Amino acid sequence: MSDEIQVQDQTAPDQQEVPAEKPVSTFRLIATLAIAGTLAGLLIVLVNQHTKPLIDAYKAEQLQKAVYEVLPGTDHYNTYYLVDSALSLTLPEGAKESEYKRIYVAYKADRKLNGVAMSRGESGFQDVIMIIFGYNPNTAKLMGMKVLDSKETPGLGDKIFKDMTFVDQFFAGPDTPLIPTKPGTGKGLPGEIDTITGATISSKKLIEIINHALEEWQPLMAQGLPQTSANSTDEEVTP
Amino acid sequence: MRKTTPSQDFIRGIWKENPVLIQMLGLCPALAVTNTVKNALAMSAATFFVICCSSILISTCKRFIPNEVRISAYILVIATFVTLADMMLQAYAPVQHKELGAFIALIVVNCMILGRQEAFSAKNNVFRSLLDAIGTGIGFTIALVMMGGFREILGTGSFMEISLFGPSFEPWVIMVLPAGGFLTLGFILLFMGYIEQRKKTKLEEAEAVEASS
Repeated sequence: MSDEIQVQDQTAPDQQEVPAEKPVSTFRLIATLAIAGTLAGLLIVLVNQHTKPLIDAYKAEQLQKAVYEVLPGTDHYNTYYLVDSALSLTLPEGAKESEYKRIYVAYKADRKLNGVAMSRGESGFQDVIMIIFGYNPNTAKLMGMKVLDSKETPGLGDKIFKDMTFVDQFFAGPDTPLIPTKPGTGKGLPGEIDTITGATISSKKLIEIINHALEEWQPLMAQGLPQTSANSTDEEVTP
Repeated sequence: MRKTTPSQDFIRGIWKENPVLIQMLGLCPALAVTNTVKNALAMSAATFFVICCSSILISTCKRFIPNEVRISAYILVIATFVTLADMMLQAYAPVQHKELGAFIALIVVNCMILGRQEAFSAKNNVFRSLLDAIGTGIGFTIALVMMGGFREILGTGSFMEISLFGPSFEPWVIMVLPAGGFLTLGFILLFMGYIEQRKKTKLEEAEAVEASS
């Protein structure tokens, strides 16, 4: 049957309806798709093996850059995972890294605690806004913020990462929890962040994401974070 | 139906039977990811790769694929190449991959690709199928880049991220939003319809003159 199709061109479509077609056995149908599926799987695995290290390296590099950006003065950092409601440097044996929430505890060159970077995503105006921000647990002040991923409206909502006056407020060390304030109506409180006119929802949401993340992590950080880095060669990332 | 020459197979998809502008196929990516020229190019490149590889493979293996499972087999082949394109874009052009997001995976259901396999590759030899795929791929690229250029220039005041009008230009934000995609496609189709109609009128006038003389 397939033979009949391949001999004819689009020049003679009516020849396709040749009546004497032999029915193809079910086995052949299944075998064809099974072989095609196996070959497709093999090809995908081969290419995946080649591209996965590149993709992972790029992701790690982007994350590393972001941590240094939101925690100015960082020399190196450790990743702490949330394991059984406590912070841990190591994961249980056989655990998948991607399934665990984490924070990045950063140290200065003199091995003193610099701050903690946390990333979190929540729905914004269009889609999930993914951010990472730096926080100093000793002073309870914010150190910096970077939007990692956002599909907010171009020209309006995207001001949350394009409007530098707004972004700079997070680097100026505001107190936490942050208080979203309409521009010009602030009472001069140390946690106030002016929202953006024309991007009120997106900018308020961004402030909320930070407050929610802090609510979640503050009790855990209160259990105690090492104030000095133990060993600069042990499980640490340095630039 | 008349027989076509290899060069006709190649040329056809570029303009006369342009997949987006004439056949109205593959409109989903044409509307969704043409907010900048770079995105349009990345999308076109991925689609070009998929349509060419699928056409080669399907026209080579057509005699082994029973008629009953041909559509499933085509989809399997296309999906495999889309997955490969997705992984390679993510590895070598991560910024563009992030911008295009889910639309890379959605190339699988681009009816332009499946349409070419069913209408052409399944009935013709490898060489002709490849020519047809290249032509269609170029046609798709032309349509996407045209839309991307139009939208980027008006929507952000730049072309390929190079500013054209200076800081005093107020961007037409709507052009880079989804609505801008529909507007752009509408205007391009309107323009093409106008040209087509003018051609027809001229032809009719010429015929009328001929008939009267």
